[in-house]
Amino acid sequence: MSERVAVRKTYKLYIGGKFPRSESGRSYLVQSGENSTANVALASRKDARDAVVAARAAGSGWAGATAYNRGQILYRAAEMLEGRREQFVALGITGDEVDAATDRWVWYAGWSDKLPQVRGGVNPVAGPYLNLSTPEPTGVVAVVAPAAPALLGLVSVIAPAIVSGNTVVVAASPTDPLAAVTLAEVLATADLPAGVVNILTGRLQETVPSLAGHRDVNALDLAGVADAELATGLEVKAAENLKRVLRPVPTNHDWYADPGLARMTALLETKTVWHPKGG
Amino acid sequence: MFEYAPAPESRSVVRLQPAYGLFVGGEFVDPTDGDSFTSINPASEEVLAEVAAGGVGDVDRAVRAARTAYDRVWGPMPGRDRAKYLFRIARLIQERSRELAVLESLDNGKPIKESRDVDLPLVAAHFFYYAGWADKLDHAGFGPNPRPLGVAAQIIPWNFPLLMLAWKIAPALATGNTVVLKPAETTPLTALLFAEICQQADLPAGVVNIVTGAGETGRALVEHHDVDKVAFTGSTEVGRAIARAVAGRDTKLTLELGGKAANIVFDDAPVDQAVEGIVNGIFFNQGHVCCAGSRLLLQESVADQVLASLKRRVAQLRVGDPLDKNSDIGAINSAAQLARISELADAGAAEGAQRWSPPCELPEQGFWFAPTIFTGVTQAHRIAREEIFGPVLSVLTFRTPAEAVEKANNTPYGLSAGVWTEKGSRMLWLAERLRAGVVWANTFNKFDPTSPFGGYQESGYGREGGRHGLEAYLNV
Repeated sequence: MSERVAVRKTYKLYIGGKFPRSESGRSYLVQSGENSTANVALASRKDARDAVVAARAAGSGWAGATAYNRGQILYRAAEMLEGRREQFVALGITGDEVDAATDRWVWYAGWSDKLPQVRGGVNPVAGPYLNLSTPEPTGVVAVVAPAAPALLGLVSVIAPAIVSGNTVVVAASPTDPLAAVTLAEVLATADLPAGVVNILTGRLQETVPSLAGHRDVNALDLAGVADAELATGLEVKAAENLKRVLRPVPTNHDWYADPGLARMTALLETKTVWHPKGG
Repeated sequence: MFEYAPAPESRSVVRLQPAYGLFVGGEFVDPTDGDSFTSINPASEEVLAEVAAGGVGDVDRAVRAARTAYDRVWGPMPGRDRAKYLFRIARLIQERSRELAVLESLDNGKPIKESRDVDLPLVAAHFFYYAGWADKLDHAGFGPNPRPLGVAAQIIPWNFPLLMLAWKIAPALATGNTVVLKPAETTPLTALLFAEICQQADLPAGVVNIVTGAGETGRALVEHHDVDKVAFTGSTEVGRAIARAVAGRDTKLTLELGGKAANIVFDDAPVDQAVEGIVNGIFFNQGHVCCAGSRLLLQESVADQVLASLKRRVAQLRVGDPLDKNSDIGAINSAAQLARISELADAGAAEGAQRWSPPCELPEQGFWFAPTIFTGVTQAHRIAREEIFGPVLSVLTFRTPAEAVEKANNTPYGLSAGVWTEKGSRMLWLAERLRAGVVWANTFNKFDPTSPFGGYQESGYGREGGRHGLEAYLNV
């Protein structure tokens, strides 16, 4: 009996909840498991700009959703991630990494309705005023995903950004983009509103400078930029509209370690509201 | 208007020296490769003192003094002892507050009633607040044993010279950092008096260093390889340049920059209170306030009524001698700032907005600008988009709450905003949607050491004040 011929997957971009090819029509070849290759979309600068438009459009709805609702959706994404465990393993990711990524996602999901309490509160001002500080999302965040570990690294930069209401445009690892595209499929089936996460595959040198210089991007996470000179150049571009910048993460960083709050808090703004008290 | 007899605050409490050196390593020293400049009273153009301008070598000397103090004294010192030095400084500021207030008004041009009743009480309170944090950092919510960064380079503006110094130095010292601070070149004198207070408090040498000078001195400080932290308050343009300068360096940066705040008045707002808030929002400190309510958004149905009351009130403002206890508006801080305000106000008129100022006699000497209101302003006008940093109010109108939000957020800045309405649900709805770091509802321009302050977007990043303000000086 002849062996069944498999149906192979086309790996595309994830922009505004859809899976388009690059508008440039280009793709590039990557290894997709032991004996197969895949043509992955090679995103252009225009794709990057389209992704920013999608992220901005999703911003007010996602930030305006209740923290409970965001938590529910993120927990749902963890369920989907767990369900596709074998698919990630088939891409060469270890089962341990998929488990760690799923647990990390669940950990962040729970923060949605706790972060405002931990990071905000009443300030005892010296006068007849109620004074309240609350953390709010910074807005659109451009993220350069760490090259490795492909899935855990990706989850560890996306989840802390979106849990508080930010929306993201992620430049996936150029050498290892399949985990990112598969994660996009997880997110697309998790009730995550379109545009909250957008994923670009391709060359960092092509997409990231246009994100770093984009006037409608509020923050830039350089986690996966290994080239120090490139990172400095991107930070200089980011200064144009005073983006919040998260500097590159050393390549020997242990992504399995407790992440703490830092990646969430770096993408928050504190808003303080005053109101007089009086009878 | 009522006739008022002059009620000048006495200058005799201030004993100025003819010339000041740099405060480095606990002593006043002459610059080695620097220069000098004069600081004048903007209300009279009288020279107050000659002040050293630090050169690159002077900045280096100050950073080295700060490094030594950090390594040997201040870094290892237990928090409870750092706290006691800060409490000492706070007390000394209270004790010498009249002297500091008079000097602030002399050097800056702000009315004595503001320097005396707003700036100085807040300065002392800020040191008290952060003094208490010095031995409680484990409990500040940043995990156990958060560490200081090291040497902090701090650059402050001329609008609230001593208050901005307090906002910078108090949290830096409480968290165990040492500092090199550069005051603005037009207002260096209260920082130098503060240096004397540090001596009086027996603060260990090198913990606080004050290097006076202009932009070049600031640049040398920001670019110094051995600073671990840069904190800047000033214009967005300079903030951008600083962000570029620290790119790729292991230097933590916080920026508190410009603003173009909307002050939104709804038809149900109490008009008299709103008018007081509008006046306080834009004419406090001659409008030299980054969070000034410089864009007034009036709901169309009450626009005429509010404007009539506003003009009546503005006509009562007394512009004149900053040391006169009855002055509401003092002098513009410098000739350069006056030129900038005049240029933008002229652009407002040229672009088609209607300009109004009350009849108002301005002194002949010094730098003055009458309180000014522009009506018929559109969102495209320069006076609706650019920070004027002067007593100039741009008035726009709106019909619905959604339109108010849209217009308020139509700016690259995001420092502050104001809302006037008696309807609680609407106030909270707006406060949630305004993209600004501080929202004043039915009040404006209120400050407190426990209350975090800082902007969204191009108004900068990081917060000053409150528990949040500690983060800027800790390795968290």
